[in-house]
Amino acid sequence: MRNRFLATPYLIWMILFVLVPLAVVVYFAFTDVNSGALTLHNIARMGNYLSIFIKSIWLALVSAVICLVVGYPVAYFIAKAPAGLQRFLLMLIILPMCISFLLRTMAWVSLLEDTGVINNFLGMLGIGPLPLIRNNAAIVLGMVYNYLPYMILPLYTVLEKMDPRLIEAAQDLGCDDMQVFTKVTLPMSAPGIVSGITMVFVPAVSTFYISKKLGGTDAALIGDVIESQFKAAYNPNFGAALSLVLMILIFICIGLTNRVSGDEKGAMLV
Amino acid sequence: MSKELIRLVDCVMVFDDETVLDSINLYFNDKEFLTLLGPSGCGKTTTLRIIGGFQKPTSGDILFDGVRINDVPPHKRKINTVFQKYALFPHLNVYENVAFGLRLQKIPEKELDARVTEMLELVGLRGFEHRKPVSLSGGQQQRVAIARAVVNRPQVLLLDEPLGALDLRLRKDMQNELKRIQQQLGITFIYVTHDQEEALAMSDTVVVMDHGRIQQIGTPEDIYNEPKNAFVANFIGESNILDGIMLEDYAVEFFGRRFVCVDKGFAPREPVDVVIRPEDIDILPPDSGHLCGTVTNVTFKGIHYDIIVDFKGFKWLIQTTDFHAVGSYIGIRLNPEDIHVMPKSEYSGLFGDYSSYSEEYEEMGDPDADAEEENSDEE
Repeated sequence: MRNRFLATPYLIWMILFVLVPLAVVVYFAFTDVNSGALTLHNIARMGNYLSIFIKSIWLALVSAVICLVVGYPVAYFIAKAPAGLQRFLLMLIILPMCISFLLRTMAWVSLLEDTGVINNFLGMLGIGPLPLIRNNAAIVLGMVYNYLPYMILPLYTVLEKMDPRLIEAAQDLGCDDMQVFTKVTLPMSAPGIVSGITMVFVPAVSTFYISKKLGGTDAALIGDVIESQFKAAYNPNFGAALSLVLMILIFICIGLTNRVSGDEKGAMLV
Repeated sequence: MSKELIRLVDCVMVFDDETVLDSINLYFNDKEFLTLLGPSGCGKTTTLRIIGGFQKPTSGDILFDGVRINDVPPHKRKINTVFQKYALFPHLNVYENVAFGLRLQKIPEKELDARVTEMLELVGLRGFEHRKPVSLSGGQQQRVAIARAVVNRPQVLLLDEPLGALDLRLRKDMQNELKRIQQQLGITFIYVTHDQEEALAMSDTVVVMDHGRIQQIGTPEDIYNEPKNAFVANFIGESNILDGIMLEDYAVEFFGRRFVCVDKGFAPREPVDVVIRPEDIDILPPDSGHLCGTVTNVTFKGIHYDIIVDFKGFKWLIQTTDFHAVGSYIGIRLNPEDIHVMPKSEYSGLFGDYSSYSEEYEEMGDPDADAEEENSDEE
């Protein structure tokens, strides 16, 4: 009884700021922008934006995979470091998150642009200017940079609490160092991999600021389209429909990731 | 006589300036059940880890079949381990846990299946193939751990307090089970425990250790009947240990009285420790006893009573099936074969006096045996 009572503030919060807005989104998605009448028109228009959906998901996926490849060794190293060093390294990972996301993305712009720091330096060596910005690679760079900590932290958590005796048991049964990794460490970190990929993929697929600042003029992602429906096109109903479809696509992607990683329960809880 | 399989030569282990093993010399025979017995921190687990290859001795050699294996990594040794708290792979089911070592050896599927099934049969876990380790009880997990190690047909099986987390009843059952498996398969077992009863019940050879040194090596009977010093006498079973003086061969003096004993080979008038086991003492009416004393405490233990008897200020523990009320005056008789004489050692005077008797006397200091529940790290 007491536990239930303590959960009420959170329940009220959830209802007010998650369930109600979700209902509003669904309502908007199925009503006409002018008349307010029920319609499937918003959903039907979705086909025109198929390529943008695909591109958004693709870039987010690439970013998530790069984050995994870059983040796993880092997380492994931190998890095996002595306790004092662990705290210091974790702080280094978290520190950039204390600085505004917008500011950090702006900083990349001034690094990468044609008259930016890197191209200026290369210019002095007689190279360039190289096209470092306004392309998909720059978007992926921005996503990887911004979301890497969300990959490292859940991986660190699973690796750190892994029982070292399991590694000894694997060695005892005949594993060399490589086999210990592929047969024990990697499969056992699956929950961390799933939650890391989810935590990178979900914000990356719906981002609009990174693509606006680092992407080309034609590089609008689905997040940019949604933003423009509310801010420029004044069509919140279509924006809501896009959001709804994006949400469903994200759920499908998460479901697939979970499926691939086997039946790891509690993967999202790390 | 079975042949020697493993030998530790002058093994020293130092961690952070602390000597954990002090020049251990020990050999293990093929097909033997050998137990390393001692209190926490005596170096028994370290010895096991050196044999398993998880630690390298600071100095000294370890020989397997006469070949030095100090630098051979664990996965290349013909030795498998049953870990304390099992260390089963939580992401694999029972079958795959047991098959783990065989898959690494690339055993053909058909043979692998036969061997895994046979092994699960041996430990009584047929039908559990597809269960995950977390869904098993402690005893079942323990048997999976044994099966996972034994299925590889190692020459040597190391067992690190494998029964420590089980309750008393299950522990007794598993002791029999382990002994049966060892005899059936003819594998050398090296078993680590702090439980003296377990060691006596299962072993061919017991090695008693304390402070990184071997105190005594022998059969369970030797260790119990002929302890070499006060530590062994106290650690294995209960003992009354008295100061005595060896008068000559077969005669020892304590409590100002001369007793006939069966020991010899000491210097004339050499100070010695005299051990008298509580169950060897015969109680008589006061007028016909060698010594007389007053009962100060009686505890009912089921099979017998533990009584504490005050002899001139020195309190003895006596185990008897007859009831003697507190305050009664009794006599005792000591037969020559009940008196065991040991040379003085660094442990003399530390043990064997029951003046501060409490009912907890038999609990060894034992931080290893922490809760059974807390070790499952699963969320």
